[in-house]
Amino acid sequence: MLRDITFGQYYESHSVIHKTDPRIKIILLILLIVFIFLAKNGFALGFAVLSVITIMLITKIPIKLYFKNMKAILPVLIFTAVLNLFYGESGRVLLSFWKLQITTDGVSRAVFMATRIILLIFISSALTYTTTPNDLTDAIERLLSPLKFIGLKNAVHTLAMMMTIALRFIPTLIEEAEKIMNAQKARGADLENGKLTERVKALIPILIPLLISSVRRAYELAEAMECRCYNGGEGRTRMKQMHLKGRDFVVLGASLIICGGILTLNILL
Amino acid sequence: MDSIISVKNVTYEYKNEDAYRGEEAVVAAVKDLSLEIERGSFTVILGHNGSGKSTLAKMLNGLNKPTSGDIFVDGINTKDEEREIEVKRKVGMVFQNPDNQIIASIVEEDVAFGPENLGVPPKEIKERVNDALKSVGMLDFKESTPHRLSGGQKQRIAIAGIIAMQPECLVLDEPTAMLDPKGRAEIIETLIRLNKEKGITVVLITHYMEEAQNADRVLVMNDGEIIADDVPKVIFSDVERLKKVGLDVPQTAELLYNLKKNGFSVDTHALSIKEAAEEIIKALHSEE
Repeated sequence: MLRDITFGQYYESHSVIHKTDPRIKIILLILLIVFIFLAKNGFALGFAVLSVITIMLITKIPIKLYFKNMKAILPVLIFTAVLNLFYGESGRVLLSFWKLQITTDGVSRAVFMATRIILLIFISSALTYTTTPNDLTDAIERLLSPLKFIGLKNAVHTLAMMMTIALRFIPTLIEEAEKIMNAQKARGADLENGKLTERVKALIPILIPLLISSVRRAYELAEAMECRCYNGGEGRTRMKQMHLKGRDFVVLGASLIICGGILTLNILL
Repeated sequence: MDSIISVKNVTYEYKNEDAYRGEEAVVAAVKDLSLEIERGSFTVILGHNGSGKSTLAKMLNGLNKPTSGDIFVDGINTKDEEREIEVKRKVGMVFQNPDNQIIASIVEEDVAFGPENLGVPPKEIKERVNDALKSVGMLDFKESTPHRLSGGQKQRIAIAGIIAMQPECLVLDEPTAMLDPKGRAEIIETLIRLNKEKGITVVLITHYMEEAQNADRVLVMNDGEIIADDVPKVIFSDVERLKKVGLDVPQTAELLYNLKKNGFSVDTHALSIKEAAEEIIKALHSEE
């Protein structure tokens, strides 16, 4: 179970969104988030809600999975909503105690904020569920590539290479940590019981061998990379080319219509 | 002889720091060694731990530079820093632990890493990746993730990653040491095929005797020097010398050696079980 972590949250369901160019997906995510926060009135927000639900349905990913991601963010969500409740400046006073008062304006602010955060979670999940971490890394490298014109070429390449290697070694290191843990348990180490300080102390004999072996691995990997003629980003080509296809433009167009819709409703109503 | 690698009077020294005693000593891992590797040949270098065989391997593609003496790969001195990449492309290197050689989380992307570094056009990379995976029998696993494969399969991916750079020579430093018997057999089979079908020169460093049986030439290293250099049959029949340098002898060679010592007229050059059995039958018949 733990070993599948390299796939992150990726869930294969063969939808159009899965096949969309990851670069387009990242740009659209940013765009939609901005517009969700720009929605001023109920109609615009309602339209955004409908659009996000439609996107979620198109991904063909079980709705249950989307709600799973909500759990982690629930405290933040409640906190933000409650805080916003007291920030109403106008409107009818519904409740008032001590120096605080809740107005109708505050309630609507709270609802708006909560809805926006929920939409934000859903739409970002739609990206991570439909894109493998490898594709994400690749897309980020390519999206950041204009930075090379301001002299950051190597920084972008190095960052992408680091992400690739990190992703590759996560399962390997987890496996190794499990092995070391078992070896220490076999020697009588007690990892599960005891006070917090005791448990933290029990982790030291696991972390030190893990650290040492990681350094050794890094050294060997560097040698192997050198043997494969790695010489930084200079003069490097890529096997996988990203080309925008017809469906990418359809997705792009649909998203622009959503953004346009939100803007129009904002102005008209 | 048309040699792809020539090693000329090479010595490699390193400082051995004894932190406990605070002493520092210069140790020579390879001593005044000369060697020619013939193009298209299958050479096995045998030796126990600390015999200097890994140090020698790392010098063959310029990863380590000799302290004195020179190594030429296809006429290029490995000390020539401007042609370092060229040397590394010509002499590919595979190490012991496949986990620490694989860079990407998808098989085909990992195999593409070498050609990408060389700046090969994308379309050609794809062809090379497919060819390389086919030549190690891993084409079906093109889109898998390496960490779900067996050790032998991972090592074959590592070999494919080198093959995709189209090297002329493949140096493997104990590639089977961490594998189970099945994985070991897979690797040896792959190497024999690459040597026969693609004509790639293979230099295999190992301490498993059985892996040397198919070689054209076997070198035995001890204490930084080459102490024997011959075809496998001759090497293995010299049981006493192999034992003296801490190497195991194939069971058949040892059996025939003991039979001969005890007065049976057998040919100790028989290597395979079948050949050895025939020798013994012949000897028994002549006894009657």
